[in-house]
Amino acid sequence: MTLRTDPVTINFGPHHPSTHGVFQMRITADGEVITNLEPVMGYLHRGCEKLSEGRTYTQLVPLTDRLDYLSPMSNNVACVLAAEKLGEIPVPERAQYIRVIMAELQRLANHGAMTGFLLNDLGTFFTLFHYTMREREKILDLFEMTCGTRVTVSYMRPGGVLQDLPEEFMPRLRALLDELPQRLDEYEALITENEIVLARTKGVGVMPREMALAAGCSGPMLRGSGVKWDIRKNDPYGIYDRFQFDIPVGTNGDVYDRYWVRIQEMRQSVRILEQAYRDIPQGDVRTRLPLFFRLPTGEAYARIEAPKGELGFYLVSDGGIAPYRLHVRSPSFINLGVLRDLTVGYTVADAVITLGSVDIVLGEVDR
Amino acid sequence: MYGTGLMKGMAVVLKTMLFKPPFTVQYPEQRVEPPRRFRGASFVWYEDRCTGCSTCAKACPQGNIEIVTSAGQYNQYFVEKFDIDHLRCMFCGLCVEACPYDALFMGGDFENASYSRAALVVGKKLLNAAAPTRIPSSYFHPELDHIDITSGRPVPEIRKAEQEKNQDIGWASR
Repeated sequence: MTLRTDPVTINFGPHHPSTHGVFQMRITADGEVITNLEPVMGYLHRGCEKLSEGRTYTQLVPLTDRLDYLSPMSNNVACVLAAEKLGEIPVPERAQYIRVIMAELQRLANHGAMTGFLLNDLGTFFTLFHYTMREREKILDLFEMTCGTRVTVSYMRPGGVLQDLPEEFMPRLRALLDELPQRLDEYEALITENEIVLARTKGVGVMPREMALAAGCSGPMLRGSGVKWDIRKNDPYGIYDRFQFDIPVGTNGDVYDRYWVRIQEMRQSVRILEQAYRDIPQGDVRTRLPLFFRLPTGEAYARIEAPKGELGFYLVSDGGIAPYRLHVRSPSFINLGVLRDLTVGYTVADAVITLGSVDIVLGEVDR
Repeated sequence: MYGTGLMKGMAVVLKTMLFKPPFTVQYPEQRVEPPRRFRGASFVWYEDRCTGCSTCAKACPQGNIEIVTSAGQYNQYFVEKFDIDHLRCMFCGLCVEACPYDALFMGGDFENASYSRAALVVGKKLLNAAAPTRIPSSYFHPELDHIDITSGRPVPEIRKAEQEKNQDIGWASR
């Protein structure tokens, strides 16, 4: 005899810690199996795109800190790249290297936090989270000594970076680089072969390669499904064409592969940082620009490989001191588009870790 | 064998638990000094340097700074009002970056809770009273990175450091 059950609608969020912010999943479940999932977003909408129309290009930078608040440095880089592309503003050599160092440190911090959160979602109550936060804290200390704040950094400026690195930065970076590979080994010892993690994540939230491409996914989501696509390699911006690194790709496109790709990317980031540490030249860090500079009439789209995927800033200028229109192509938002397809047929507990593996930040989803 | 991965993980946890000192700090009792470039709330403003040009007010993304000036003789301006609204301030530091006369600095303080909203709009009187004792942050002023912050009156030290800097190239090198 089979028991018939009525479908249940579960309002998962917006204030559930596992939704990583104010995000709501309206889950229709038959027993424990999800039959439909409707993502509801917009709780954190602040109108950043509209706000930016009244701000100068320099004043845009503090705004972008608040988009993806787990990786503000990457956002800063993308924003100023768009302005530089439109205005053809030169960037000094040293500033380019500093940008690479900051962006890669930010990738380490972001992937560390994501891995910690994912393990939290799996029920590892804060063990790995504490370890990754410990390393993230050291990275944020580096940011703080450079630009004065830990999270809302506002460090990049059109034409370079705000100010040069302090003297004690390089020795501290060296110490961190020596320590990080060992720490990454520790994380992997905790997760990669852990039978419970494998049982929970292998074959869950599977995204085939075709689906990833059709949905426009980017970043570790796309690479987890086996597509070798990294903007740092395929469409290099800044000076990324000078660095040697590999693009790790997954095979199955499940939650485990997305986690694995991120851990391998952290190792590649350490590799890039080693090269940047070795090669960084002395010199100017900023092209001198007026306080309220104007960009020529036109439009520009600059994209970078942010920790979460392809982050693009589309800038339209009418020749004034502020952009006429700014659009942010945020990776979190577009990666969320496949959430329904990834979760239907799995259990509610699997939906939580699938959402964790997408790695969203609601500041960026809602903008 | 099933369980070896688990054992490996437990070994890491045990090692961290037994042989690593705690990384956390018990905040109200123990403190971590912020770095010299910390962008804190206690702004340092030197009235003798300020010309009332309002560049900081224009650079502020939120429009927090209110400046009222009155004209004196000989192309001179008196700053009548210099209000910084801490309620809306996000401490981005763009005002400090914009100031052409090095009159405004960020401060190193971060505990600014208050019982009244009015107290968080910091005016000329308060800034003037605090300027001789507050230590300016070296945010956007790397020449202040190494001044002796233990002395109670940092202003002479700042003057000295800035004079040394001005012999150098200046703005673009910051």
